[in-house]
This record gives sequence, C-alpha cells and structure tokens, in this order.
Amino acid sequence: MKEPSPRRLPTGVAAAAGVLLIIPVLALLIVPLYAKKGPQLWGFPFFYWYQFLWVFLASGFTYSAYVLIERARRGERR
Amino acid sequence: MTSTIAAGTKVDGVALSVLLFFFILVTIGGFLAAKWRRPESMHSLDEWGLGGRGFGTIVTWFLLGGDLYTAYTFVAVPAAMFATGAVSGFFAVPYTIVVYPLIFIFMPRMWSVAHRHGFVTPADFVRGRYGSRGLSLAVAVTGIIATMPYIALQLVGIQAVLDTLGLGGSGNWFLKDLPLFIAFAVLAAYTYSSGLRAPALIAFVKDTLIYLVIVVAIIYVGVKIGFGDMFRAAEAKMTTKTKTGAATGVFIPNDKTYWAYSSLALGSALALFMYPHSMTAVLSGRSRNVIRRNAAILPVYSLMLGLLALLGFAAIAAKTNVIGADGKPNAQLAVPHFFHDAFPSWFAGVAFAAIAIGALVPAAIMSIAAANLFTRNIYREFFKPDATPKQEAQVSKIVSLVVKFGALLFVLTLDKQNAINFQLLGGVWILQTIVAIVAGLYTRWFHRWALLAGWAAGMIYGTVMAYQQKSPATAHFGGSLAKFPFSHTTVYIGLSALVVNLLVSVVLTFVLRALNAPVGADSTGPEDYYSDSDGPAVRVRGTEGGLAEPGVART
Repeated sequence: MKEPSPRRLPTGVAAAAGVLLIIPVLALLIVPLYAKKGPQLWGFPFFYWYQFLWVFLASGFTYSAYVLIERARRGERR
Repeated sequence: MTSTIAAGTKVDGVALSVLLFFFILVTIGGFLAAKWRRPESMHSLDEWGLGGRGFGTIVTWFLLGGDLYTAYTFVAVPAAMFATGAVSGFFAVPYTIVVYPLIFIFMPRMWSVAHRHGFVTPADFVRGRYGSRGLSLAVAVTGIIATMPYIALQLVGIQAVLDTLGLGGSGNWFLKDLPLFIAFAVLAAYTYSSGLRAPALIAFVKDTLIYLVIVVAIIYVGVKIGFGDMFRAAEAKMTTKTKTGAATGVFIPNDKTYWAYSSLALGSALALFMYPHSMTAVLSGRSRNVIRRNAAILPVYSLMLGLLALLGFAAIAAKTNVIGADGKPNAQLAVPHFFHDAFPSWFAGVAFAAIAIGALVPAAIMSIAAANLFTRNIYREFFKPDATPKQEAQVSKIVSLVVKFGALLFVLTLDKQNAINFQLLGGVWILQTIVAIVAGLYTRWFHRWALLAGWAAGMIYGTVMAYQQKSPATAHFGGSLAKFPFSHTTVYIGLSALVVNLLVSVVLTFVLRALNAPVGADSTGPEDYYSDSDGPAVRVRGTEGGLAEPGVART
C-alpha cells in the first residue's frame, strides 16, 4: 500500500487548463458576439451555425485541458 | 406515407408495432442487466444505486448522455422552438455546452471525496463536510422535490407519442392512460431488480435509435425542405405580430434578450449538474479521469440536441398541424406529428420508440437518485442510524417505486401545465443547493447556518418570482424569466435567486463568524478532494477486486 500522495497540480498547469475551459464558456455566454444573421453557411444564419461550431470547439478545448492535466500528472509520478 | 392527423384518428398499427418491438427489447435488457458485471451481492446502495461505482468511460458516456438529455428535452426543446423560437428553445445548445467545462472543473473533486468517504448523494457530502443535519436535510429535500416533476415530465414525453399514435384522447380515462401505466409498471419492475445497471444498459439502445433518427431527419430536412427555406419560414413566423402587438417569438436574440439568453444558458448549466441524477451518474464512474474524458466527449449529444431543436423550425416550414387527439393545439406534438407526417409509418415508429425509451432511461436514474436521497439523508439520518447496507438497498428499492408511482399520479391527476410549472420551479430550486455544494468542494469558509439561511432566501425569492410570471396560457408560473432586482434587464429567475442566496450566505457568514457560532465538524481532509481510484476508499465493492476493507487501499 503506497502512501496517498498529494495530487495538486502545478499552478501553471492549473491556470492553463482553466483558460482552456473558460474560453468556450465566454464564447457562448457573451451573446452579442454571435447574435447576428450573417454571414450565412448552407442556409444557416450565423447565430445558429456559430453555436453548432462551438459544440466541436468546446469538445476540443476540454480535451486539451484533459491532456494537459494528464501529462502533468504523469510527469509528476516519474 | 400516412395522412395528416386529425382529432380522434384510428390507431397507427405499423408504428405501434415497431414501438412495441423496441419496448419489449429494452424490457428484456432491463431485467438481464442485473446479471451484467454481476456483483457478489446487489444488497447495497453502492451496487444497486451506483452500479458498483465501476463504470468506464464508454458506459458512463451512454449513461450520462441518456440521463441529461431526456425525452422531455427531445419533445419540449423543439416544441419551444416551434412556438416561440430561440430564447425559449435554442438556449439549450449553449447550456449543454457550457455545462461540460463546469463538470470538468467541479465533478472530479466531488467524485474523489465521495469515493473516499462512501458518499452516495450530494446531501451525504454536505453532511460530512459541514456536520450539519439541517443543511443536509435541506439539500436532500430540495433534490427530491426538484426531481419528482422532472420524472413526471418524462411521462408527458411518452404521452405526446401515444397521442400521436392515436392512443389516448377519446374514451374513458382508464383505457386512455392504460398504455402509460403499463410502460411505467414495467420500468418500475426492472429498476427494482437491476438498479442503475438497467438504465445504463438501455441507454445504449436509446442513443443508437436517437442518433439514427436524427441523422435521417436532418437529411430529409436538407433535401426536401432546404435549410434556407426552413430558417426563412421560422423567421417569418417569429417576427409576425400577435394580437397583443408583440412578436410571436425570437429568431435571433437582440439587445433586449441577450441577458435572457445567456442567463438561461448559464443558470440551466449550473442547475443541471446539481440535480441528484447527474450526481448519481457521475459517482458511478470508475475514476476521476472517466469524468474528465466524458466532459470532453459528451458535447456530441449537444450536436444532436441542436439538430433536434431545429426540427421545431422544420415543423414550422412543413406547416405541421399540432392539434392533439383531444382537439386542442399543443406545441409538444410538433416533433411527433412532424415524423408522422413526413416519414413512412415504420420509421415514425422507430422515432417514437427513441422518444419513449428516451423517457425511460432518465426516469429510472432519477427515481434511483431520489430514492438514494431519501434512504441516506432522511431514513438513515433521522430514523435508523444503524441501518445495514442491505436495509438501505431495500428501502431505496421501495422508495424508487413510490417515487415513480407519485410521478404517474402527478401526470394523470394534474393538468400537464402543472408538470411544466413544477419542472420550471425545480430548476430554480435545485440551483439553490449549489452554494453549499460547490463552495464546499473548495472551502469551509461559509458557515453552515448562513448557507441554510441563504438556501431558504433563494428558495423563497425564486418561488415568489416564478409565481408572479404571467403568460397568455397561465396566470402564474408563466415563464422562467423576470426582471433582475433594481433593473430593467430580464434574466433567468434561478440565477437572480442564486445571487440573493449568495449575498445572504456571505453576509451571515461574516456575522456568525464574528459571533463565534459553532462551525460543526468536518469529516473530510484536504487530500480527500484529490484521491483517485487507487487511493484509499471506504466501502468499495470492486467488480474485479472484490470487497475492500474500510480504509484499505485497492491497487
């Protein structure tokens, strides 16, 4: 049985992950950024396709935060 | 191709047969689920109520997806789009995107402390963290009363499907409600025997069907209607003036509705992961990383939700008739009727099966979550402190039956509008538990009595504000938006109530700390919030590791 080790992240990694996670939140909560009709894409007004686009971008940002944290953890254990 | 539905139509045999086929399939699956990753014994809440706390990334993905995106969402979000457009409907897309970074940040800590201490419910955590029975009871009761109408709304989703199929409407009340009754009795039976494993297994069927249906529907809309025409039809409807002179709805928010849109998205996201059923699904994961990975891959469901929302606009373009079997217009029927009109009966049957099964999965998880709250935080806390794990599981099983039966009575005896009102209130209420829970994950600064007072203030403010909202359809609980105090900006009531809650909690904490009021015992330690699956755990019954002794690491 190994001792439970402190698993706190280095401040830099935690801050970087925090930024990656806050970007999608801000991109969607600041509505004036995207509440417009044009430019259209395949008949979709900007308002609609922008939010669909952020489904994928948010997933990417969140996954990057995950990878960042995982790398830091693994490095720590070595 | 079937004809347009009119009042009192005959039953669509083909669609009904397809629906029945899938229903029987998931029923068999639900009962067999008890044998899946078979535990040595189902007689504990860890096994019955959390599926052994051993689900990996994929199972958790299906379970959380099946849990958070409910049948009611599939019916109500497009219905709102159909009736009043973006602010009441499409906010669900940013809402279900914003929720995942929040889950990524907060939920691993919750998982760790729950894993370390054997917590099953959010109220368990509050009890352990603040040593306050009152605050824990407040969180538990809020969870139960917020979840009940949510389960009831799943039934409203099934009703919309049955109504479209020609079941219901006319005839006596018994025959009309019999199909719903049978569906719920079967659901109750397999949840009783298999616990959380049943919805986890059925979620696979549900999501496969939903993805299939939505892909076909969107291709159909793109080819037959055209996205440009669909949006034009929607814009035309939303900008048309009603009798009162106001626009029918919102096509794209403007400067008057920016705050409404973003506060609904943020408030709903914060509420979503406070609901006991999302906590249940999160705690059933195997490790912290299962949760983090899921936060990254769950947005796929939001894509599906967004496309489904657009079907509300497609129904506008297709001029879908939303007159129910009872002869009254009902926007909830927009999507079921759209499928019925646009597709052959057999495919409409697949779509209806997707919606109906989509109701069963969350209803099962919600009833388990509410039952766990009752068992751990009311039964064991106040009536039987020495309850064995076996007794806990038994009480939970019975309460899950009571909860579902209560939801059924709710839908059958009260007006549908009441269920929707209570669901709206449920969101406002559950949001008031966030200060105690989320702040508690990081700090013990808040005083337990201040948190209780803040909770009460938020509950009262939110309830009163929601009660005062009028709409053309109802005199009270007409909507979830109201003016923010001392301003003319319309925002989500739940969020303003949360601000009130937070203010009261902060001010009273300063006062109580100055008075040196007793702070209560904290049974958690700083490292508990980082512990992972290889760390020490209390009462873990592993799927492969067997029964671990309390406090002994399972490596």
